[in-house]
Amino acid sequence: MKLVSYFRGEAFQRGVHPPSCKLTAERRIRRLPFPDRVTVPLSQHIGKVPRAIVRVGQEVVRGQPIARSDEWLSVPHHAPLSGVVEFIGLRPGMRGPWVESIVIRAHAGATQEDLWGRPRDLSQATGQDILQAIWDTGMVGLGGAAFPTHAKLSVPKQAKVHTLVVNGCECEPYLTCDHRVMIEHAADLITGIRYAMRATGAVRSIIGVEDNKPDAVLVLRQAIADAHAAGVTEEIHVEAVPTKYPQGSEKMLIMALFGAEMPAGGLPIALGMVVSNVGTLAALGKLLPLGQGLTERVVTVTGPGVAKPGDYRVILGTPLKFVLDYAGAPAVDAMDARQVILGGPMMGQAIASLDVPITKGVSGVLVFRREDMLARESRQTYPCIKCGECVESCPMGLNPSTLGMLAAKREYDLMGEQYYLGDCFECGCCTYVCPSNIPLVQQFRVAKQILREKAA
Amino acid sequence: MTSAPIEIRSAPHVQSAKTVETIMRNVVYSLLPICAFYVFQYGISALASIAVVTGACLLTERFFVRTGTQAGRLSDYSAVITGLLLALTLPPGFPLWMGAVAGIVAIALGKALFGGIGFNVFNPALIGRAFVQAAFPTAIATYTPSFLPGRFTEFIPSTLAWPLMIPADATAWLKAKNLDALAGATPLAKWKFDGVLVNADELLTSLSGNMAVGPSPLLILLCGAYLASRRYMDWRIPLAVLGSAALTAWLLFAFDPARYPNPFFMLFSGGLILGAVYMATDMATSPVTPKGMWVYGALIGLLTVVIRYYSGLPEGVMYAILIANAASPLIEKITQPVPFGRGVLDRVKKRATYPLNPGYISREEASAVTPKKRFLPNKPKK
Repeated sequence: MKLVSYFRGEAFQRGVHPPSCKLTAERRIRRLPFPDRVTVPLSQHIGKVPRAIVRVGQEVVRGQPIARSDEWLSVPHHAPLSGVVEFIGLRPGMRGPWVESIVIRAHAGATQEDLWGRPRDLSQATGQDILQAIWDTGMVGLGGAAFPTHAKLSVPKQAKVHTLVVNGCECEPYLTCDHRVMIEHAADLITGIRYAMRATGAVRSIIGVEDNKPDAVLVLRQAIADAHAAGVTEEIHVEAVPTKYPQGSEKMLIMALFGAEMPAGGLPIALGMVVSNVGTLAALGKLLPLGQGLTERVVTVTGPGVAKPGDYRVILGTPLKFVLDYAGAPAVDAMDARQVILGGPMMGQAIASLDVPITKGVSGVLVFRREDMLARESRQTYPCIKCGECVESCPMGLNPSTLGMLAAKREYDLMGEQYYLGDCFECGCCTYVCPSNIPLVQQFRVAKQILREKAA
Repeated sequence: MTSAPIEIRSAPHVQSAKTVETIMRNVVYSLLPICAFYVFQYGISALASIAVVTGACLLTERFFVRTGTQAGRLSDYSAVITGLLLALTLPPGFPLWMGAVAGIVAIALGKALFGGIGFNVFNPALIGRAFVQAAFPTAIATYTPSFLPGRFTEFIPSTLAWPLMIPADATAWLKAKNLDALAGATPLAKWKFDGVLVNADELLTSLSGNMAVGPSPLLILLCGAYLASRRYMDWRIPLAVLGSAALTAWLLFAFDPARYPNPFFMLFSGGLILGAVYMATDMATSPVTPKGMWVYGALIGLLTVVIRYYSGLPEGVMYAILIANAASPLIEKITQPVPFGRGVLDRVKKRATYPLNPGYISREEASAVTPKKRFLPNKPKK
């Protein structure tokens, strides 16, 4: 297989090629209108949950901090709307359980400009200052994992970072928000990369873009050339990597760019690298000089069930129902069941309620109609026929076939100890290729959860 | 609540088009030319044999699926594959009732007993054949030559034997066609018992003369190549089987050319090609790990040659595959893949786009981050 990979020019071994279905790659990012009410969940990222610093009835202006925490692994939230805090309490969350949220009702006449901001001169700032400024923006990874960006960019004392890897792969089918951001906000992205390089002490930066986005590669190369002509000294490259899922995983991207295997369980910092997403850095490049907070993000609203698919600039906290109504996927009476997914089709989360708001980690909203789901539903599930497709597609080199059989027998300890279940990052390749239609990833998620509970 | 219902599922929400049915159906498609050639060789006897054996397999499968004893269903085509392959391994003039027994045993003992599709430990077609080889040793060793005149109008006499009756002897029938009894022996049996060696190129096409051979190995290889190119079959196993058989045969041939036949005769005679391409690659009974597939295939090739040379039987493919089937779980256990990031970590691909550490970071600084071994000289980018 290695030999085959070599001749195909593939960047990392195994993986899959799902149909890309990038319906919205040619469309400009458009702004979604402001809803009259937003719901900002307090828990939007990995780490500690910040607490509300506003009270019910208080007037807030757009961009003003409304929640914060003094913990390191936590970020503040900012008001996405100028209006009145209407409610603080439980509201539906994307994972199912209701979560603590702040509901803000918009002032009817407000211009909704970003009124709050602390512009600062970062030209002489140290890495620590920049990290603090990043913390103030409330930035988390906009690629989907929603890990606080300042924590990701901060380098432990004993380690040293030489390379900032910028992840522009967007390997998930359907999603195009990073693609459009790279094209339309290339200058912001470069500013963001320069800040991130200074914060981490990296001496070079490499933007990895999958080769199904040649326009983005050209635009970025031009933007870098322009920046260098304007006196920017930082070394920034753009590299097109062969398209393959899951290239957007940092391990796979580092393999593709540097040919190096990240040690299992380690972080890129072990190789002297920091990986960040293009959407995150482009937003940083825009927000940092102005000292503003993260109040909106680009979301791909797409799928066969959407009449007006596109990349929309959506303010955080906008209810999904509002987004779908605007994008031409309204819920009507007596409509057939459909499926609404937050994120991409390979790793995204199917949600149970349209009252769920857009949060910082939502990169896409995908709607499948009844007829799109029928093909999957009519599929018969067979026992594992040991075809070995999953073994040949697992980017982590695991044995999903055996893991699946062990999961069916509830041999969870064995899965964790001998078959490296912990290495699985739930990319979904094994389930994607499984001809027997076995929900392998689902079994692995359950097994991991049980192992976590056992360990706790 | 006025909004439309929403369904929840676990990711991934898309799936590839390949299903168990498409895999099995494509294997059946690829077997059809081979069956057609077999019928062309042996006429209506072969056609009746294929129909009866496959029919017996399907009926048995239907019985066990209906009674709920086994998983899967009739429409997954796996029983058709078993039936076709089983028919291709039986002699063309094999009595039809014995063929039906073989088909029933193949599904009942080879598949349903273990729980149906995916659970079988041994290749069902070979279980069926092994059973009739033990039960009817004379009938299964009685081959008739191919391309007999009038093969499309009359049955080989043994074909139409009554159930539980001993089939008619074909010798007199062959005499009437001006062929000696030796013509009815397979090339392997001729070599083993009479020391007559058939040319490998004649074996490759199966077209020349009245030989008692199966379908053309060349055709089987072509059909196998189709399957492998569409990724309905793993290419490693046939390659490993044929490679290891050829290597073993060549070593022995080089050691004593007078005693052992040349490796090409080994490869193209008997059922080795059919076994390597269609039997050994049976998914349920072969390892899932890539390394395991090589080991498993090599074991089959080696065992085939050993059984052919050193046992009382002229043909050894069937037992070689069955033994390797039994060893397959063990092979799988010792050839688990090495997960990403757990192998030799210092190994960095030579054709990487960028050096891991840029050269302008001094060596001393770089060593503070990563071990020196990972250091690569800075390649200038084109």
